Amino acid sequence: MYRYDNYDKQLINERVAQFRDQTRRYLAGELTPDEFRSLRLRNGLYVQRFAPMLRISIPYGLLSSKQVRMLAHIARKYDKGYGHFTTRQNIQYNWPKLETVPDILADLASVEMHAIQTSGNCVRNITTDHLAGVAKDELVDPRPYCEITRQWASFHPEFNFLPRKFKIAFSATQHERAALLTHDVGVRIVKSAAGETGYTMYVGGGLGRTPIIGQKIRDFLPELDLLSYLEAILRVYNRLGRRDNIHKARIKILVKEQGVPKFTELVEAEWALIKDDPNLKLRREDLVHFQKFFQPHAYDKNASADKAHAQHLADKSFATWVQRNTWEHRVPGYRAAFVSLKPRGGVPGDCTAEQMDALADLADKYSFGEIRTTHDQNLLLGDVKQADLHALWQALKPLELATPNIGTLTDLICCPGLDFCSLANAGSIGIAQELSERYDNLDYLYDLGEIKIKMSGCMNGCGHHSVGHIGVLGVDKEGEEWYQITLGGSASNDAKIGDRIGPSIERAKVVDAIAALIETFVEQRQEDERFIDTYRRVGIEPYKARVYAEEAVTA
Amino acid sequence: MKLIRDQKVVEDDTVKLDDTAALPASGRIIVSLARWHAEKDALKKRGQVGTQIPPTLEVGELKDDLPCLACIELTFAFIKPKPEGGITFDGRAYSQARLLRERYGYKGDIRAVGDIFRDTIFAMHRCGINVIEPKAGLDAQDALNAFKDFSLAYQTAADRQPSIFRRRLA
Repeated sequence: MYRYDNYDKQLINERVAQFRDQTRRYLAGELTPDEFRSLRLRNGLYVQRFAPMLRISIPYGLLSSKQVRMLAHIARKYDKGYGHFTTRQNIQYNWPKLETVPDILADLASVEMHAIQTSGNCVRNITTDHLAGVAKDELVDPRPYCEITRQWASFHPEFNFLPRKFKIAFSATQHERAALLTHDVGVRIVKSAAGETGYTMYVGGGLGRTPIIGQKIRDFLPELDLLSYLEAILRVYNRLGRRDNIHKARIKILVKEQGVPKFTELVEAEWALIKDDPNLKLRREDLVHFQKFFQPHAYDKNASADKAHAQHLADKSFATWVQRNTWEHRVPGYRAAFVSLKPRGGVPGDCTAEQMDALADLADKYSFGEIRTTHDQNLLLGDVKQADLHALWQALKPLELATPNIGTLTDLICCPGLDFCSLANAGSIGIAQELSERYDNLDYLYDLGEIKIKMSGCMNGCGHHSVGHIGVLGVDKEGEEWYQITLGGSASNDAKIGDRIGPSIERAKVVDAIAALIETFVEQRQEDERFIDTYRRVGIEPYKARVYAEEAVTA
Repeated sequence: MKLIRDQKVVEDDTVKLDDTAALPASGRIIVSLARWHAEKDALKKRGQVGTQIPPTLEVGELKDDLPCLACIELTFAFIKPKPEGGITFDGRAYSQARLLRERYGYKGDIRAVGDIFRDTIFAMHRCGINVIEPKAGLDAQDALNAFKDFSLAYQTAADRQPSIFRRRLA
């Protein structure tokens, strides 16, 4: 993984000193609340319902075991003993004290971590496929490009006060797992017919109040031109993006209002003027420098010769876990193992300090000391020898990290909702807990197959509800929590915004409504069709009829 | 009033003229963009004239005038977008400054006015702004510390310092 050099270290230490001084000046009354707000936000510090919330950056979701131990330490020392992994592959702490944040940042800096640009109207954490570097269908490892982009975006002097937040994702696989088309910029790494590496560029995707799928603005951008093209997009956005209305300030609205052809023309015209700027053009040696941090691990060449794994599979519950929670790896004899953060009745994404410490040890023992975060709010040990899977599973079970539900209905994602967030209209955690209790029969879950439920407590859409197969959005109705349900959304290659099924539903009936959707699916399903495929085939009517018929009966 | 010019605190000797005020015979002045366009010939002849531009202006429109302008004044402000309750810092002038310096080679003063607080100054400096008009209550001497916020950067901007990318693989 990427390691800081002295330049990175110096910059991060200067950042800690800067934020320490900003906090001191704010507490001394030398910075106004508005001024401090604009500063703390770009450092991931929100003032929430009960306490400040601190969001820490996990660049493209990759952590070392040492970093995970530090996250555990922070949870214990400054918070209530746990952290919350987010849909942006980051981690949030919900209870730190403002006065202690500079110390937290100093602790993070000691393990090459930070909270830079995890919020605010600037370029946010760069994300990618959680299987980067191990996926079989990958053209090249996207992480060197992510790291280059992370560095370029950090403290960019021109783009620190954009109209609104700005999210960039990379993907380098055929089957896309990074939700590119829901990002402000999606970069698909591709090969040209001549075999040269480059990028297909998508702009203007986004969730939130006006969910829109990203649009392609360039088929092929040469590999060395990445930063100049991003700079051109950001400059057009910074100059022309709307600042009069916060709900119309994302780049997706600019793209929509200009139209894709006109927007593309603006970007291309700007790019033409800067693409040969030697300060923006990457050099071959820059790529080589970053690629050498992401070389394949020293894999055991004989890993697939192991016989013990096949014997262990005789244990049905182990076999189930292997089938559900592990994924193929490009090296024979290795698997990528998901660590489910969705136990029965748990809060999706929560992880205790003890779990983090134990995972750090397991990563050292079984997965080259690395842990990844996924945008479905789980963790992943990317490189586990098949011979070690049984021991890993046995270690994960008592930690409640082995629930074999990856990709099932109970592997749902949700935002912190009304329980923590000051923006939320309604709770989402409670519904997640009820669903995971109602659907605790694993065999039934497996029969249902892949169903992606995504829930957000407000229009901002942190829970990505608009691209859920089933999306649940909390709305405020005269002070009560109601929920708008959508069907048929997707964040994959076939990205689509979900369709509203009808009027919103009150809190007491929302879990029943979801159950009605599942029942309708089971009735309509042909063979072992996925939920989304059945929906696409039969349309919204049967689902609608069932949910609102039940509503009428119980009303 | 105290100003920060080229990282030093100096006395402001610039007069900002109303559109109807008579031109003083000498000394630095700043006029509105409307007045600049209306009285361009006379103002060019006089010299030592700057103009204030709105953040919406595409600075390329001033390209031909730049050699005759001693100063361009850019505005930074907290703005309150709809719906009520939100507040955001308008960063358009950062792009304007970089384009003036880097694309159009502007050599005169670029002066920042508005809601300028200490922590916005470092990026202004990097984007090519060399004159900063502190808002009321900002101690100019103290604000000089802002130039020391960072000793390195990942990007090359109008300050032309080599980026970390270039330093590490020189």
